[in-house]
Amino acid sequence: MTTIAADADHAHHDDHADHKPGFFVRWFMSTNHKDIGTLYLIFAICAGIIGSALSGLMRLELAQEGIQYLPHWAAMLGGEETDTAGKHFWNVMITAHGLIMVFFMVMPAIIGGFGNWFVPIMIGAPDMAFPRMNNISFWLTFVAFFMLFGSMFVSGGSGLGAGTGWTVYAPLSTSGSTGPAVDMVIFSLHMAGAASILGAINFITTIFNMRAPGMTLHKMPLFVWSVLVTAFLLLLSLPVLAAAITMLLTDRNFGTAFYDAAGGGDPVLYQHLFWFFGHPEVYIMILPGFGIVSQVVSTFSKKPVFGYLGMAYAMVAIGVVGFIVWAHHMFTVGMRVDLKMYFTAATMVIAVPTGIKIFSWLATMWGGSLSFKTPMLWALGFIFMFTVGGVTGVVLANGGVDQNLHDTYYVVAHFHYVLSLGAVFALFAGFYYWIPKMSGRMYSEWMGQLHFWTFFIGVNIVFFPQHFLGQQGMPRRYPDYAHAFEYWHHISSLGYLVVMVGLLFFFANVFYTLFAGKKVGANPWGEGATTLEWTLSSPPPYHQFNELPRIA
Amino acid sequence: MAGIYRILIAFLMALTPLTLGSVAVSAATNAAAPVVTAATTPTPAAAPATPATTSADDAATPAADAAAAPAFEYARPVPGIGQPVVGGMDFQPQVTENGRFAHFLNNAILLPLSVVICLLVLGLTLWVSVRYRAAANPNPSKTSHNTLIEVIWTGIPILILVGVAVPSIDLLARQYAPPPANALTVKVTGYQWYWGYAYPDNGIDEYVSNMLDEQTAAARGEPYHLGADNRMVVPVGRTVKVIVTAADVIHSFSVPALWVKMDAVPGRLNEVTFRADRVGVYYGQCSELCGVNHGYMPIAVEVVTPERFAQWVASKGGHMTAPAAPAASPATAAATATPTATPAAAPAAVPTPSPSAGATPAAAAPAQ
Repeated sequence: MTTIAADADHAHHDDHADHKPGFFVRWFMSTNHKDIGTLYLIFAICAGIIGSALSGLMRLELAQEGIQYLPHWAAMLGGEETDTAGKHFWNVMITAHGLIMVFFMVMPAIIGGFGNWFVPIMIGAPDMAFPRMNNISFWLTFVAFFMLFGSMFVSGGSGLGAGTGWTVYAPLSTSGSTGPAVDMVIFSLHMAGAASILGAINFITTIFNMRAPGMTLHKMPLFVWSVLVTAFLLLLSLPVLAAAITMLLTDRNFGTAFYDAAGGGDPVLYQHLFWFFGHPEVYIMILPGFGIVSQVVSTFSKKPVFGYLGMAYAMVAIGVVGFIVWAHHMFTVGMRVDLKMYFTAATMVIAVPTGIKIFSWLATMWGGSLSFKTPMLWALGFIFMFTVGGVTGVVLANGGVDQNLHDTYYVVAHFHYVLSLGAVFALFAGFYYWIPKMSGRMYSEWMGQLHFWTFFIGVNIVFFPQHFLGQQGMPRRYPDYAHAFEYWHHISSLGYLVVMVGLLFFFANVFYTLFAGKKVGANPWGEGATTLEWTLSSPPPYHQFNELPRIA
Repeated sequence: MAGIYRILIAFLMALTPLTLGSVAVSAATNAAAPVVTAATTPTPAAAPATPATTSADDAATPAADAAAAPAFEYARPVPGIGQPVVGGMDFQPQVTENGRFAHFLNNAILLPLSVVICLLVLGLTLWVSVRYRAAANPNPSKTSHNTLIEVIWTGIPILILVGVAVPSIDLLARQYAPPPANALTVKVTGYQWYWGYAYPDNGIDEYVSNMLDEQTAAARGEPYHLGADNRMVVPVGRTVKVIVTAADVIHSFSVPALWVKMDAVPGRLNEVTFRADRVGVYYGQCSELCGVNHGYMPIAVEVVTPERFAQWVASKGGHMTAPAAPAASPATAAATATPTATPAAAPAAVPTPSPSAGATPAAAAPAQ
């Protein structure tokens, strides 16, 4: 990353263009990338609250053997208070938790929120390339979320809601689930997917066409690189998901048999299509996190990112290889041995660019002048936790080892280490890093530090024992389990309480920041913060860069 | 050598995605090699012993058939074997050669490697955090490139991964080795929400297996959630070829102590093999979300001595010798399941009565 010498005068020129529209037009018909980014962040936080509440309910039910609460919860939501309805509600919760966290928390926050806010600013652009399309993207996501949420209150076969798992595998999602709930989930995914495709087009166009003079591709901050790669992954993978779930819809409602063996179709076809989208999807969630961590580590080390080109092209490599490893999610569907060997080897290849990134972050810190503000703690936590999730990924990449671990809690532990402790840590790093810029006020450092440490300890208590459960043979998506599994499940549930305490510090900190935080100037982080957003006031003017900055 | 060659091919395939189709063919030509690979590794030393029990199984057949009509009693499970233990962290003890090799691969190679990498990253992070904290190093360096170190941290992981890939690919080759001619075929069908087992070789029609309720499980000394009323019973020391399918939605046949997991997909006949070398009861659970009672359709596999297997077959009204050619329809149904199964299953119908099947252990042994 290059140090950017922007002309300090430009920020002042923008101030007099700072006339905002009225409340309704500003927030409901918004075309301003910062306002839309803010909407995305608020939306993601709300969806995240619902998603974590669901995980809390699940951890509560799993805290001891036997079924304690599920029938009551099913009844509270308007279903019957029966054992069957309770178990169905379990499947609804695992489905909703997965879909909400993936499509309505991580993606809107990291791409819609931080991407919208900072990609245009970091490349010296006044706004996104297609501001109205940007608005459509947000509102499609918003409606998609309510479609998904609403599905929990209509029939899904054996109870209310769709109990198919977030992967929506056929034939459980076709002949296995009657009622409109699964159709609503499919339609929700269609809309969320369309929103993401439009967003991806917007980001690609913006980054390719609207960089300020002198901002060559190889001078772009790594966060912009990460969003660019992510946008390509979205653009190439989501249409495949759309096709897959459209065929689900026609199988369900119009008598086709794409995934029905009795009609000449094949259920495994759905899995191939789903994971051709699904594997790039996990990089869609984590790549922008890589970008955020690079900015944060560089800022708080007061040092440019080590091996900038290697870092950028490692992300490109991860994106490319991410498209050719999908079948490691389906090692047990019954595939020929040479295919399994290929997918084993190809999956391991991803460890190489990922390793480059980890070592480059460490080298960025090497020789730096480190200060351990809250964003830096989250970034350091990310690096270590992502490494843990990465090495268990190499274990699971082995088709032969996966024959035991597939669909066990080991997998649950693995993907929560890369997402709940990876992507979410990156989100918190980004939040604390940029909240002074977005709000113009500084967060509370001690609350931020407490948030980090409680959350860090909590998620490790939740997820580390799940490796043991998986190795012992505990399958995923079970509302109840054999007595021997209770020990680690109980500890895992206790960890959730610690996480909750951490989240309380987070929300307290958000309110403190917005209402009582100390006002900050353009650059609260000092000489290490070299990207363009720190040349603007905090918060930035409503329209920035009416006169484009020149990058030396 | 063949193993290394296969890995090189797999890596080339990984690095050149566009040649996916053609590469699959070249790897397939290698698939004939696993016998060689397995024979050169130290682990199969115990293998030649086991076919002897297999031939004993065949020899005992006629006598057992006639004598052992009375009911068959299931064995009691042994705590800690074939089921999870309270506070357990490791895999369940493995009772197959492949399972032990996979367990070894994880515990002796992957796990130590993972721990070392995590500790390396953690140690470097902590050391950098102390050594280069702002108080200790107020003036940051401006170094942003070092080609040599970038080449090193790209190259060393590649070498490590190639090293890991050698046993990984070997494990896959072993798991996919064609079953020997005397393998026992069991057809497993997943239903919402129970399992059905059929033994076409022994003329045992499908019987279903449901989870035991809490009281019955306690009475029988079986773990609740894992115990099933009717078990899948297989002989020790003999390769079992499990043909897995489903009747409604996707299920997954999984037994951790046997290192076996295979999805039961409607419209597909999947094949997975194992050879248990220890009698006992081994539990598993459905491992693909299949609806409301997904968590309530356990799998109970009992591995028994050949004599007890003959007793069990008799108690089910089956017969021990494979039926003659005209009656082979269940076997051919299984044989058409997957192309690889065909050559193995066809001879199985004929030579079983002859003890010579067990007299050539060298040929049969490494195939597992």
